[in-house]
Amino acid sequence: MLQPIAPLAISAYTATSALGRGREAHRRALEAARSGLRANDFSLAPLECWVGRVDGVEQAPLPAPLDSWECRNNRLAWLGLNQDGLVDAVRAARERYGATRVALLMGTSTASIGATEEAYRRLDPDGGFPDDMLRPPIHAPHSLAAFLAEALALEGPCLTISTACSSSAKVFASAERLIRLGVVDAALVGGVDTLCESVLFGFNALELVSRAPCRPFDRARSGISIGEAAGFALLERTDAAPRAPRLLGYGEASDAHHMSTPHPEGLGAELALRDALARAGLTPSQVDYINLHGTASLKNDEVEAALIARAFPPSTRASSTKGFTGHTLGAAGILEAVVTLLAIEHDLVPGNLGADDPDPGCGPQFAWSNEARPVQVALSNSFGFGGNNACLAFARGERSA
Amino acid sequence: MSALTVYVEGIGVWSPQLADFDALRAALMGEVPTPPPPRPAATVLPAGERRRAPESVLLAVEVAAQAVAMSGREAAAMPCVFTSSHGDQAIMDYMCAVLASAPSELSPTRFHNSVHNAPAGYWTIATGCHAPSNAVCAQRASFGAGLLEAASLALADARPVLLVCSDTAGNGPLAEVTDSPAPFGCALVLSPQPGPSTLGRLVLHLCPGSIPDAPVASPVPAEWIARSPAAVALPLLALLAQGAGRCRLMAARSLAMDVRLEECA
Repeated sequence: MLQPIAPLAISAYTATSALGRGREAHRRALEAARSGLRANDFSLAPLECWVGRVDGVEQAPLPAPLDSWECRNNRLAWLGLNQDGLVDAVRAARERYGATRVALLMGTSTASIGATEEAYRRLDPDGGFPDDMLRPPIHAPHSLAAFLAEALALEGPCLTISTACSSSAKVFASAERLIRLGVVDAALVGGVDTLCESVLFGFNALELVSRAPCRPFDRARSGISIGEAAGFALLERTDAAPRAPRLLGYGEASDAHHMSTPHPEGLGAELALRDALARAGLTPSQVDYINLHGTASLKNDEVEAALIARAFPPSTRASSTKGFTGHTLGAAGILEAVVTLLAIEHDLVPGNLGADDPDPGCGPQFAWSNEARPVQVALSNSFGFGGNNACLAFARGERSA
Repeated sequence: MSALTVYVEGIGVWSPQLADFDALRAALMGEVPTPPPPRPAATVLPAGERRRAPESVLLAVEVAAQAVAMSGREAAAMPCVFTSSHGDQAIMDYMCAVLASAPSELSPTRFHNSVHNAPAGYWTIATGCHAPSNAVCAQRASFGAGLLEAASLALADARPVLLVCSDTAGNGPLAEVTDSPAPFGCALVLSPQPGPSTLGRLVLHLCPGSIPDAPVASPVPAEWIARSPAAVALPLLALLAQGAGRCRLMAARSLAMDVRLEECA
């Protein structure tokens, strides 16, 4: 029923996570199979667990003209945006198309709620926010995108998508629709989520946090490691950047099953996958690599492993990279999209770090260690609370002769 | 850009004063409608869920169900876009207060209900909807930005889409910065094609630049709109009540959207 869409060029992209700042830092860590996870040292009374923390956020204040947006999440956003020439690429797009013709679509699950938590820890004697925290825009879930719109002087459609852990995958779908309908000519998509008490203690209360570094698809996996990340991608029509990697398609679907556990047969995940393949005009056998959602939670990995085993031939390679970065929640979609694009750019299938004793439910598609092989077409899966699923399809751009 | 044209097939409304769209219509004609019970009925949810569901979910689900019922469409087949400037403010207040005093006592249920897409999750579960669901925000432009998202989804995928916009009232210290003193919710079913249930044609046109905070001429009293970030939808709902006309909404901080409602023969 779905018709294939015209691919879009990803003319610039970057990520900053526990693996470091920018694409090169990520490529090196992936090639060396080096995890960025560390024992949790976040907050005053840290939970006993492992986290994917970005170094140096505390020493990277926002530039003075933007200081009303000061908070950890916007700091990480700014730090992440200033890698790999993203700011220049956005400026060039703004000049080429006009500030109202570039959309800004950001995914986040908690935005800058860390700042709201801080305000509650330091309430004035009268019970109100301390004066330095009386900055309403940072206490709203749209804080990230509103900050970036001001920082980048973009005046087009500006939206925050907050569907938990699928947030920054779904921004690609919204961007494609706006470009296809001629509402805009380019879109900066991405997402940022930072460590905060809400998610650490919230996932802990749900008994989903592992005490040890997370081990996706390991037989003895015991839950997630929470991480933080920022990632961005600039989308344009392919004639603007014919050699850039491409967004071929996307799929979105709902489980309609449970708020915090996946559908037992992976129904929504499979619908999103089929939708992405249909829009991309692909068959499963054409997919070289899949970056899995693979959080290392017991049920999620079981359902996703079964889906990969039944939907793909053994030649397709699949892995989770949560063992490198932790689960970066609302930023997971964009971070793993960037990892998937790096796999395409460097013909590198990242190994599924952390699984020393693979779950027997995993099929022959799983890459347990790094594999150097051509990656022309790759998918990235993202699933969130509320049964919210997204799947993205990427491919190599035109090769020069 | 060329305009985006979609057809309205269903409308839902809920506030402490207004039980539904008929009540809004009556209020705009100067009548004093009977207010609804304090908790939105949200009868789409199974009884157990309804008892436990947070207020943000009840509000969004109530208006969603009203709009879908009016459209005569199947909720299960319709993609949905839920928009809210602040999400569930009572839960945010609870979480921040607990985290400041006894973080390890945080309730797991309240945490999973705190995600911005909780209403979308409850709605898709209750209606058996496997179509895409989205949860978006854009501060005071949340309704306009959500309308743009829902209209583009309806047109790009050539299928009807449910749009829901709701905000609960501010709670605790957070209320000082969210400026949302009362709950308000509304919903629209938007179709890319006219049909037997069409109530009117919406022509959306983006206009560079911001618009003043003060609402343009509208039969809706400014103090109604000031009660909730979601109530910025009221000028458009008033147009729907009168059948045709124009209004302006914010689609982003620096982007206005001209909205023209035309009658359909």
